[in-house]
Amino acid sequence: MEELSQNILDIAMNSVAVKSGNIDIFLTEDTALSTLEISIRDNGPGMSEETVAKVTDPFYTSRKTRKVGLGIPFFKMQAEMTGGSFRLDSELGRGTAVTAVFRTDHLDFIPVGNLPETMMTLVGAAPDTEITMTYSRDGKEVTFDTKEIRAVLGEDIPLDTPQVLIWIRDSLTEELSAL
Amino acid sequence: MKTLAELNAIRDQMKNRVAARREVEDGIRVVVGMATCGIAAGARPVLNAFAEEAAKIDDGSVIVTQTGCIGICQYEPVVEITLPGQEKVTYVKMTAEKAKEVFEKHVKGGTPIAEYTIGAEKK
Repeated sequence: MEELSQNILDIAMNSVAVKSGNIDIFLTEDTALSTLEISIRDNGPGMSEETVAKVTDPFYTSRKTRKVGLGIPFFKMQAEMTGGSFRLDSELGRGTAVTAVFRTDHLDFIPVGNLPETMMTLVGAAPDTEITMTYSRDGKEVTFDTKEIRAVLGEDIPLDTPQVLIWIRDSLTEELSAL
Repeated sequence: MKTLAELNAIRDQMKNRVAARREVEDGIRVVVGMATCGIAAGARPVLNAFAEEAAKIDDGSVIVTQTGCIGICQYEPVVEITLPGQEKVTYVKMTAEKAKEVFEKHVKGGTPIAEYTIGAEKK
């Protein structure tokens, strides 16, 4: 991946694939410590301990179309390359949390990149899922919540309406640039 | 979250069209592969270029959706376009620029761009 926001989209797509009702994304940056923690959590079906042990192996995947699953291994590798860490917590019936810490001052740290486009794409993939995103940097934060959007739009206008997706991208771009 | 005023305007603008939109069932389908392979190869800006163009037409006749890995990772980003009553056309190694061109010529104009298709790539 070239941007961490691509990893975020990729990991969150796993939550979409298992039909999670909620997906919560957190980016927490501490510029003094030069760290960025990214956490993607869902309330989907979760995984057994046995499966958790397997998903960081690139030669494990639950899908049938190909024999490798690189999403989790990529994310883990990218965190560890910067001297950071990775953890995966999951419980059957409760959900899954994928968390990686990056050292932002490391040469191998790749930028977050186009997070608004990731959110737009994710909402487009799962318009009925409640999705939140919280980006905090040194205590200041930008938040995103599909519940608020749904409250304005009402029941007749789905969140994957192209105009709505573009609004999501553009308003998040504006807010994040002001953070 | 930021002021939702603009979203209010979108809602009011869309409300009248929702009824008409639902009637367009036999629309043009644009499907973009969004698995790890697609995302890593740059499918996200491709998908969003199509979404942006579809929003400009704004009559619901073009449906842009996402799919998982279809098993041809080496050709990602992959986009499948189906016009009503026609065979599916598979575009490979797409970019946002190519997406805009394909939207113009194929989705709006009805003529596929042969050189961007998987058939041309495999030759």
